[in-house]
Amino acid sequence: MSEAVQQDWLWPLLVLLVSALATYAWRGLGVLLSGRINPNSALFTWLAAVAYALVAGLITRMIVMPIGPLEETPLIARLAAAGLCIGVYALTQRMLLAILVGGGTLAIWLAVG
Amino acid sequence: MSLPPSYPDLAFPDERAAFHGGLRYAFGAPAIAIGASFLGFGALVRESGLSLWHGLISTATTWALPGQVAMVELYAVGAGLVAIALAVGASATRLLPMVLTLLPLMRQPGRPRWHYYAASHLIALTGWAVTMRLGPGLPPPQRLPFFLGFTLILWLTTLAGTAIGYLLPDVLPTAVTLALVFLTPLYFTLLFMEDLRGKRKPVALACGALLGPPLFLLSPDWSLILTGLLGGSLAYVLTRKVPS
Repeated sequence: MSEAVQQDWLWPLLVLLVSALATYAWRGLGVLLSGRINPNSALFTWLAAVAYALVAGLITRMIVMPIGPLEETPLIARLAAAGLCIGVYALTQRMLLAILVGGGTLAIWLAVG
Repeated sequence: MSLPPSYPDLAFPDERAAFHGGLRYAFGAPAIAIGASFLGFGALVRESGLSLWHGLISTATTWALPGQVAMVELYAVGAGLVAIALAVGASATRLLPMVLTLLPLMRQPGRPRWHYYAASHLIALTGWAVTMRLGPGLPPPQRLPFFLGFTLILWLTTLAGTAIGYLLPDVLPTAVTLALVFLTPLYFTLLFMEDLRGKRKPVALACGALLGPPLFLLSPDWSLILTGLLGGSLAYVLTRKVPS
């Protein structure tokens, strides 16, 4: 049965549906629970700290130990790109320019190195 | 086009203007950085034997890149439905603290509840971070429209990114492709640099940044939620007495 299903056109759609539901479940649950949260409460302050710590951990990991195709790139190149990006942003306050300089640095490093 | 990137006091004349302000705010770095990361997803969808439509449906209905990548990779190796649901669901756990902190800022008496359920589909890292920072400076009725305008553009950009990545694989040199993928973490880094001006957020960000990599080595699957809970609780204790 399951093999028959897997070759069907239905199977990818089922996978897509389940993935969408598994993701939206967290969003929907968040809406459901958020009605009781007062933005001036200690609980909110703690949740915000959790959320900011989580994303900071995620971003650090994406730069220091990425998964996927960036795994192949040297750490020093990624750090140099990120450092230049931050430097350009601090000097100019222009985000687009800064990320393009950072991305360009990585591209040139990889092309030359 | 020339909204200031950082100042928390954007005021719009009304809700419609806030929606348009959100649309405009997404152009430039946010749309480019987020769209670029979906180029890689489009290419992955193609390599996995799925159709362009599958990729577009995934981006439109899941709209959380790590979960989408997990879904395609597991599909490609023939994993079962339960395994796929668990993996995708686990990676989406990170959305819960985001929704729990963004929704209380956007609630408005009298607005129908389904508006929030619909809007929550667009909550992901970028829209959350930007609206968490700019939202408190807006009058409460303007926050949801601003968020919707901002994330609507990002959502459309990711659909375009998925299609372009699917239709035009291997057009660019590898170095350029890798650099495009790297735009996303670069943009995220700058996004949170703005938050270093506050009092509590810098501590939470520092705790997470320090704990993230070692916890990832310890447990790749649970590292994010552990980083959030441990780093966030530590930051909370350290800054409890600090006025926000």
